[in-house]
Amino acid sequence: MHPILKLVIQRLALGLLLLLAISAVIFLGVEALPGDTAQAILGQSATPQALANLREQMGLNDPALTRYFHWLGGVVTGDLGKSLTNGTDIATAIGQRLGNTLFLAGCAAVIAVPLALTLGLIAARYAGKWPDKLISAVTLTTISLPEFVAAYFVIYLLTQVFPIFQPVAMVFPGMGFWAKLNAVALPVIVLVMVVLAHMMRMTRAAILNVMQSAYIETAELKGVPPMQVIWRHAFPNAIAPIVQVVVLNLAYLVVGVVVVEVVFGYNALGQYLVDHVTKRDLPVVQAVGLVFAAVYIGLNIFADVVAIIANPRLRHPK
Amino acid sequence: MKDQLDRVIDAARKGRMSRREFLGRTTAMGVSAGLAVALYGKVARADEAKKGGVIRAGIYGGESTNSLDPALAASPVPVITCSTWGEMLCDVTSDGGLNMRLAEEATSSPDAKVWTFKVRQGVEFHNGKTVTAEDIVATLKRHTDEKSQSGALGIVQGISDMKAEGDKVVLTLASANSDLPYLLADYHLAIQPGGGMDDPTAGIGAGPYKVESFEPGVRTVFTKHANYFDDTVGHADQVEILVINDNTARTAALQSGQVHMINRVDPKISELLKGTPSVTVKQTPGRGHFVFVMHCDTPPFDNNDMRMALKLAIKRGELVEKVLGGLGSAGNDFPINAAYPLFDETIPQREYDAAKAKEYYDKTGHDGSPIILRAAPGAFPGAVDAANLFAASAQAAGIPLQVKLEPDDGYWTNVWNVEPFCASYWGGRAVQDQMYTTAYLSTADWNDTKFKNKEFDELLIAARGELDEAKKKADYSRMANILRDEGGLILPMFNDFVEGVRDEIGGWYDDPNGELMNGRALSRCWLG
Repeated sequence: MHPILKLVIQRLALGLLLLLAISAVIFLGVEALPGDTAQAILGQSATPQALANLREQMGLNDPALTRYFHWLGGVVTGDLGKSLTNGTDIATAIGQRLGNTLFLAGCAAVIAVPLALTLGLIAARYAGKWPDKLISAVTLTTISLPEFVAAYFVIYLLTQVFPIFQPVAMVFPGMGFWAKLNAVALPVIVLVMVVLAHMMRMTRAAILNVMQSAYIETAELKGVPPMQVIWRHAFPNAIAPIVQVVVLNLAYLVVGVVVVEVVFGYNALGQYLVDHVTKRDLPVVQAVGLVFAAVYIGLNIFADVVAIIANPRLRHPK
Repeated sequence: MKDQLDRVIDAARKGRMSRREFLGRTTAMGVSAGLAVALYGKVARADEAKKGGVIRAGIYGGESTNSLDPALAASPVPVITCSTWGEMLCDVTSDGGLNMRLAEEATSSPDAKVWTFKVRQGVEFHNGKTVTAEDIVATLKRHTDEKSQSGALGIVQGISDMKAEGDKVVLTLASANSDLPYLLADYHLAIQPGGGMDDPTAGIGAGPYKVESFEPGVRTVFTKHANYFDDTVGHADQVEILVINDNTARTAALQSGQVHMINRVDPKISELLKGTPSVTVKQTPGRGHFVFVMHCDTPPFDNNDMRMALKLAIKRGELVEKVLGGLGSAGNDFPINAAYPLFDETIPQREYDAAKAKEYYDKTGHDGSPIILRAAPGAFPGAVDAANLFAASAQAAGIPLQVKLEPDDGYWTNVWNVEPFCASYWGGRAVQDQMYTTAYLSTADWNDTKFKNKEFDELLIAARGELDEAKKKADYSRMANILRDEGGLILPMFNDFVEGVRDEIGGWYDDPNGELMNGRALSRCWLG
C-alpha cells in the first residue's frame, strides 16, 4: 500500500476514535446539566406525575450508559431524533442548515484564501517596503474590527449609501445559485475581512522564514527574479505552516460565525445551535456539537495530510 | 404659510395625520372647510384598498425553535404568524369593541355563566373543510389539556362544559365571566379543523392567508386563502414574515425596501428613522409595561412601608425619557392604563418624593444593608439602565438600593419569580380581568409579586361576573388602588409600540391590543 494512502487511512481511523470520545464528552456534559430532557420539555408547568410519565415514555429512567449507546446507535444510522421544542426532525434541519453554513464558508474561503496567499506573497516580496506596510495595515485594521461592527459598517455602506445589496441574507431552497450569491454577498465580505489578516500574516512570516535559507541565497545569486524565487523555491517549503493556519480559519468559518449569521439573519447552523441552547433543547445541542466536532477534526486531518505531502522528508520516509 | 400647508399635506399623504387633524390644521390656516375636505380627498391615500402584490414584514422575535402550534406561540413572530393564518371566534377592535369572526354572535345568560356562540355558516378552512361547532369545541378542548402546554390554559380552564349544538357552541363557565368573548379572541385560540388534535403544527386554519412554507426562525410565506369569508381583509396575493432579530439589519431592510414594515424600532434611532424618505414611524400607545417586582412575602419587602418607600423613590418621567426615549408613558404601580376599557382616569399619578420615601424607609427600621435589585439586559430593553437610574434616585432618598447584574441566560427560570426583587416586563391583555387574573390573583401561577389580598381577590371575582359597567368600573378602580398602595409591583412605565412602515403601505391603523396592528398588519394593509 502506498505510504500516503496508509497514512490517510490511519488519520481517518484516529479521527473517528477522537469523534467517539467527543461524543461521550458531549453526552456527559449534557447529562451534567441540571434538570433532564423531560423537565426541559414540560418547563415550569411540570407536575410530578407528568414528569414521571414522560420520563418513562422517553426511556430516561434507563442507566446513562444504555441511553448513550442508544443515542450513538441513532447517530450512526443517521437518526438524530426529534427537536423537543417544535418536534421537527433534527437530521433534516441540520442537513439544510449545514448546507447553508458550508455555502457561506465556501464563498468566503474561495475569496479569502487566494487573496490572503497573494497578499502574503506580495508582502514577503516587498518586506519592509510600502506595499508590505500597506497590506499589513489594511488587513490588521479589518481583523481588529469586531465582526458586528464590520457588519454594520458594510450594511450602512452597501445598502444605504450605495444600495447595491440587501441587508438580510437569508437563503431558501429553490433559490438560484446567483440569487444565493447575491444574498450572501455582505456576510461574505465581512468574513473575508475577518479571516484575511491571519492567513496573510502567516504566509508572509513563513516565507520570510524560508528566505533566510542558503538555497534561496543561491537562487538569488544565480539571478532568478525575486517573485520567482518566492514562488518556486520559498513557497513550496512554507506550505505546511500556511495550511495549518488556513485550515484553522476554514474551521472558524464553519463553526464560529454565529455573530455574522445573527446580524444578517442568515439561516445557518450557528444560529440554530444558539436558539436551541437558549431553550435547553438538548438533543439538538448534542447533534450540532457533534457535527461541529466532526468538521473540526476533518479539517485538521486534511491539514496534517497536506503538510506531510508537502514535505518530501515525510513523503519519502527512509 | 405655504410651507406650513405643504408640510401638513405631506403628513396627510404619508398617513401621518388623521382626517380630523388635517381638516383642523388646514382650516386654522384659513383654508375653507369645503376646500379642506376636497384637498384631503386628493392627497390622502385612497380609502379604496388595492389588491395584489407581496407584502413583507421584518419581525424581531423569532427562533429556530418555533413551531406553528398556536398553543405554543409566545414570542412576536409566532404570535403574528398565528394571527395571519388563524381565525378566532372574534377579534378585539382597536377601540376595545368586539369584531365577530368565526362566531357571528355571542350571547350570555343573565348571570354571565352560560355563553352561546352562533357559528358563521359556510366558512372554509384552508384544507377545504367547513368550519363547524365541533371544530371549535375540539379546539378549545385541546387547549384545556395540560399536554398541549397551551398559553391559553388559564383562559379555557374556567370553562366547565363545552357543547356543540348544531350551529351553536354552548360554553358553561365554572364562575361567571362577562368578558368571555374578549378572552376567546386570544391568538392561541385560532380554530383548527378537528381542533388540531391530529397535528397541531399543521398551520391549517380559517384565516385570510394560508401557510405556503414555514422555516422556523427564518421565514414564513403565506398565500391568499381564496375562499376567505371576508373581502375587506387580505389584500395582497402573498405575504411574508422574515425573522430579523438584529436591530440594525431590520432597520436597514426597511430603509432599503427589502421589507415593508418592521416591529420594535429601537427608541434610540426612531428620531433618525423619521427623517428617512419613504418611511414612517408609527407610535402606538399599548398596554405592555416594564416593571420591577417585589415579593410581598419575603423580607424586607413583606413590609408595606418598604414597598411604599421604593415606589416613591423612582423617577418615572426620567425613565420614560431616558429608557424609552420618550416613546411611552409613566406608570402608576398598577398594570392598567388608558388603553384598557373601564380605566379610571381619576387615580392620582404617583411621583418621585425623596422626603416621603425616606420617611417610609425610616419607619421600616431596616438595618441599612443593601437592598438588591436584580436586572439583566434581556429583562426588558434598557432594563439595566433603568435599574441603575432607579438605584441612583433611591440612594438620593437615603435608601441603600443596589443593582445586581444577572446574565440573560436562564433569567426567566433562575431569577424572575424566584428572587425577591427583579426587573421584568408584561405584555398587555385584552381586558383588565385577564391582566389581574394572570398575575395578581392570590392563586395565579404567574403571581410574580406573591401578592395575596383577600379583598382584591373577591373584587376580581365579583367584577368578572358583573354585567353592569358602572359597577364593574368601580370595582376595577378599587382594585387598582389596592394594588397601587399595597402591591409588590413597581410600574414606572408603559411602552409604546414603535414600528416602521414604508409609504407604499396603505390601510394602517393604530391598535393598542398588540404590535403591528395586533398582528393583523399583513392581512389588513395593502400595497399602494
